[in-house]
Amino acid sequence: MTILKLTVTGIKNLAVNKMRTGLAMLGIVIGIGSVIVLISMGEATKFAVQSQIQSIGSNLLTVSPGFQSSGAVRGAAGGATTLTLEDAESIRNSPKVTTVKYVSSEYSGRAQVIAGRNNTNTQVVGVEEVYEKVRKIAMSSGKFVSVNNVSAMSRVAVLGPTVVEDLFDEGVSPVGESIRISGKTFLVIGVTKSKGGSGMQNQDDRIFVPLTTAQKQLFGSKYLTSIALEAKSENVMTAAQNQVGYLLLERHKITSTAEADFRIMSQADILETATAVTGTFTSMLTGIAAISLLVGGIGIMNIMLMSVTERTREIGLRKALGATKKVIILQFLTESTILTFVGGALGITIGICGFYAYSLFNNSTFIVSVGSVLLAFVVSAGIGIIFGWYPARKAANLQPIEALRYE
Amino acid sequence: MNDAIIEVSHLSKIYKTGEIQTAALSDVSLTIKKGEFVAVMGPSGSGKSTLMHILGALDLPTEGTYFLDGKEVSKLTDDELAAIRNRKIGFVFQAYNLLPRTSAIDNVSLPMEYAGIAENEQKEKAKKLLTLVGLGDRLNHSPNKLSGGQQQRVAIARALIMDPAIILADEPTGNIASAQAEEIMAIFQKLNQEGHTVIMITHESDIAEHASRIIHIKDGKIVKDGNGHKQKIVKNNN
Repeated sequence: MTILKLTVTGIKNLAVNKMRTGLAMLGIVIGIGSVIVLISMGEATKFAVQSQIQSIGSNLLTVSPGFQSSGAVRGAAGGATTLTLEDAESIRNSPKVTTVKYVSSEYSGRAQVIAGRNNTNTQVVGVEEVYEKVRKIAMSSGKFVSVNNVSAMSRVAVLGPTVVEDLFDEGVSPVGESIRISGKTFLVIGVTKSKGGSGMQNQDDRIFVPLTTAQKQLFGSKYLTSIALEAKSENVMTAAQNQVGYLLLERHKITSTAEADFRIMSQADILETATAVTGTFTSMLTGIAAISLLVGGIGIMNIMLMSVTERTREIGLRKALGATKKVIILQFLTESTILTFVGGALGITIGICGFYAYSLFNNSTFIVSVGSVLLAFVVSAGIGIIFGWYPARKAANLQPIEALRYE
Repeated sequence: MNDAIIEVSHLSKIYKTGEIQTAALSDVSLTIKKGEFVAVMGPSGSGKSTLMHILGALDLPTEGTYFLDGKEVSKLTDDELAAIRNRKIGFVFQAYNLLPRTSAIDNVSLPMEYAGIAENEQKEKAKKLLTLVGLGDRLNHSPNKLSGGQQQRVAIARALIMDPAIILADEPTGNIASAQAEEIMAIFQKLNQEGHTVIMITHESDIAEHASRIIHIKDGKIVKDGNGHKQKIVKNNN
């Protein structure tokens, strides 16, 4: 019999028992579909976290105050007042620091903000003009804080989109309006574009004011809450980290790195932590996917074993009418191949559509992992074909009358 | 010149169920000539079906030899056996054994499919045979839409499609009314006249009397073999 003839006969035989065919196919569809959805979900989460972190700037180093030790008493991390404008200035000017392009001094704190009848409590960040470059801020209208604003200690403010939403009615342009931060009047000079993020990490729920204004007029502090550095390239990140680290140790008169009163984190460090977290998440999803593949596989195996065993009598009859072993095995192999390929194609379609629906609903990236599709397909098709072929071969090896008498 | 088509000597078939051995056939020797019409009679459990299955190359004997048309069956390969079942023997099962949910015409043409004969030729021959057994108007009915007698006639048409030298029928009238049984006997006698060797199993003596030779089996042994009866001839209206 030719392949065409075998295929036609196979489709005919599968169509004869629609319920059995449907059930066998369902196992394959669910097995493949669920694996694709789960693995893709993990990949998409990983991708989303990475791209979000990278959007902050990939050559970025952040110096933040660490513990302040006075004798045996240790203060809380981050609560220390160890970084000053002079530190930032020395990083900018020291001949020992050769790998840093920009230095951005920052002071941030929370404040109550009022505009007309609306008010909100948000993060107010005192910045220098380089902040725009270092933190990759894009403006949607107006201008960012300028050099002159900083030196003149101007009361000007740049708002993040979430703050605009909170303070202004829809359709009103905030640029040129005035707002009150901690009771002091500020002129709005610009609005930034959205950067994403949510909750405590929402990068859009921010107000930027000149650093000098923030330090002296709003928070009354001469310290900095962080210094952001942009290295000249990604390759010199470690060198930059070391150069800045030793300079600051020297300035703070600390001899041992273990007692440093500041921390330098690179974007790579943050990315690594985040990747580790999402990696755990992905491997958990992969684990679940593996279990569903296993369960799906057992389902396929059961239905194939059952349906072929159920057809042992049919095999006996076909042999009695003159079918050779080879023809019978080929027939069953063709049937299970058609079954698993059609089921596999359906499973891939449903899996991709299901994941597309998930990504639309959750506003997440739509990436299909080709590896997951291949893995799921090979495993279920393999199981389907093996367990369609094996019992058929066993039955074809029986004497026709034994197969006919099979109960 | 030896015109024996079937030659069986000292045939035994023993079934083992755990420690217990049951002999379905013990030391059966038998010769059937070309063109004979043989009825095998015996009570249930006598071993007549087992004998039939061995003669039809559907089962192998435990001991003894079976020559079919001069070839020893137990020495043939699986593929050679398949060819014999396909071309030389037409088997009519007691339980009809038709493929469910498959039309009468497809059931009848199945042996031709395995012989590798072209589709249109298959259908033409199947149609002709189904018309011969009186089912010309039910070609596309599946077995569950046919009565017991009609299913039996589909099974007979299927046994005839490859023009086999031998037709083996296991209780061909077992499940059908006597009027229909007569019709089936008419078909068998006609085939026998055309030169086919016909062997059938029955437990009804009036059915057995349609054959030219009757063999009685009891407890796995042949107890009587002969043609000392008057053969009943059914009037053929075909």
